[in-house]
Amino acid sequence: MADQTAPAPSRGIAEAVGPRPRRALSVRNIVIYGILALLSVYYLLPIWVMIMTSLKGMPEIQMGNIFAPPVELTFEPWIRAWSSVCTGLTCEGISTGFLNSVIITVPSVVLSIAVASVNGYALSLWRFRGANVFFTILIIGAFIPYQVMIYPIVIILREIGLYGDLAGLVLVHTVFGMPILTLLFRNDFYSVPEELFMAARIDGAGFWTIFLKIMAPMALPMFVVAVILQSTAIWNDFLFGVIFSTPQNYPMTVQLNNIVNSVQGVREYNVNMAATLLSGLVPLTIYLVSGKLFVRGIAAGAVKG
Amino acid sequence: MQPSVSIRNLKLDFGAIQVLKDLNLDIGKGEFLVLLGSSGCGKSTLLNCIAGLLEPTDGSIFINGDNVTWAEPSERGIGMVFQSYALYPQMTVKGNLSFGLKNARVPKDEIERRVARAADILQIGPLLGRKPAALSGGQRQRVAIGRALVRDVEVFLFDEPLSNLDAKLRAELRVELKRLHNNLGNTMIYVTHDQVEAMTLADRIAIMKGGLVMQLGSPAEIYGRPAKKYVADFIGSPSMNFLPGKLRAGPVVDVAGQSIPLDAYDFTRKGLEGDVWFGIRPEHVATGEAAAACPVSYELKAELVKPMGAETLVWSSIEGTPFRFRMDGHAQVAAGDILRVGFDPVRASLFDTVEELRV
Repeated sequence: MADQTAPAPSRGIAEAVGPRPRRALSVRNIVIYGILALLSVYYLLPIWVMIMTSLKGMPEIQMGNIFAPPVELTFEPWIRAWSSVCTGLTCEGISTGFLNSVIITVPSVVLSIAVASVNGYALSLWRFRGANVFFTILIIGAFIPYQVMIYPIVIILREIGLYGDLAGLVLVHTVFGMPILTLLFRNDFYSVPEELFMAARIDGAGFWTIFLKIMAPMALPMFVVAVILQSTAIWNDFLFGVIFSTPQNYPMTVQLNNIVNSVQGVREYNVNMAATLLSGLVPLTIYLVSGKLFVRGIAAGAVKG
Repeated sequence: MQPSVSIRNLKLDFGAIQVLKDLNLDIGKGEFLVLLGSSGCGKSTLLNCIAGLLEPTDGSIFINGDNVTWAEPSERGIGMVFQSYALYPQMTVKGNLSFGLKNARVPKDEIERRVARAADILQIGPLLGRKPAALSGGQRQRVAIGRALVRDVEVFLFDEPLSNLDAKLRAELRVELKRLHNNLGNTMIYVTHDQVEAMTLADRIAIMKGGLVMQLGSPAEIYGRPAKKYVADFIGSPSMNFLPGKLRAGPVVDVAGQSIPLDAYDFTRKGLEGDVWFGIRPEHVATGEAAAACPVSYELKAELVKPMGAETLVWSSIEGTPFRFRMDGHAQVAAGDILRVGFDPVRASLFDTVEELRV
């Protein structure tokens, strides 16, 4: 063995030693990166057009060349979209809608996650009598189209005096977030070893202590996922916003619709684009900031020891 | 003396399946009782019932004379150690140890004192600030034991606490557990499927099968005088050889063409005649010259030889019935060799063929 000479570098498999060589430019890589690049362009092009258009004046837009960058750079459309464009009867821009959306989204997200996480915890660890029936009903709820339920909900909200009130809209968002969030949390808590729960019970912890001190901290990635799912869904919601709120409470999405679909006067494409980008900014930021956490939360089941 | 834990007519059904069937058990103060059985025998279920984590269908459980059948797990005066350690992952070792005490609203200085004592006993002092993820398997199990220790309880329950550890660590912790028991003097109930663990740790072993206790006795009793064929077969590795025989007056048992006199055999039931199982452990079979000196001996052909280092196991058969025996590790044997084996019927165990109870 000792007097064996090292084999000369060769491409033969019999002499393989060390890591397998990888070529940067193989047909496979070219195809993969080519497709990826193509898809990126496909998705980024509309955004490019929107940003460019929002930075142009109307005369320049009317000349065509939607892909070209602005000759005369202007931020006027953005300012107008934010503070002075007409959103129906008032002309205060979509800044009011932005505030309304925040006022609707924050409590809806907090409330729905708070309730759903406790739901999931109770359903997975304190399997009470009829827990499975309850869960099945809840899941079936996720498959019933929203349109079917709108009219009954309008009546219910009217009866309890919350129709047209922001509290009513928050309630609707909370209820409609329940099936998917409960499912999410239930499955996450199911993956918690049962012995951990038993140990906590022997340690004298009750329903809430176990939830707050042990289970909720363990489910932190799932909370992040839930916050992302709920905040983007509620922020982007149009249907409930237009039905269950009044014009002074309209969320950003409804106001955006009013701007873009207004039939009077000249269509201000640059203002429309700016307003659209402004309303998309919040979900976009959430994705960019929490993207990593989001993936971690989705994959959490795989790494939990 | 009042027993520490007392189980009366305990029954537990999961739907139509009876997991525990009318089980009775008394565990003395300071006793180390091992519940031993193959998986699905109900041993862990019984432990969970004692802990209060499962509600029995019928029957009652007493701990220190109090009926705790309906009491919450934390009110029963028990501490429990789980197979998967079940440490709270987001708490430090100290947090894990003090969690139960905080829930019980024990004063702060008392918590400090008890945590320090447990850490001292288990030598986990330097680990108090760490999270469970930063501990090795053995350290985690120590912390889990510590969590039971700080509760200052009478009864410790162990649910296969060493099964997740490697063989060497298991042997180490086994010794430590034994020492802990000697020092603390608590009642300990220990569930395992590992018979070596059971034999080395237990004061008494309860062999369970199908929700019933098959035999309750000291390790020596269980090994030497198994009450049932199942127990005899379960304890010992490789397990006991069972040869069909016929018991007749004398007392003599006819096994494989030989009449074996049973004058010295310690009968449990005298005067029985008819078909029996004649059981002899592989380690009680002598070979070579020692075999010739035995009251009974046979000529056998070695069919399979398994050298284990310290000893060699030989698989063979007597009139078509498998027969295993142990030889010294130095013995030169190969498959196909003809060997003379012998044994003393005093060390045998006889069981009737109907109920398979000890004769």
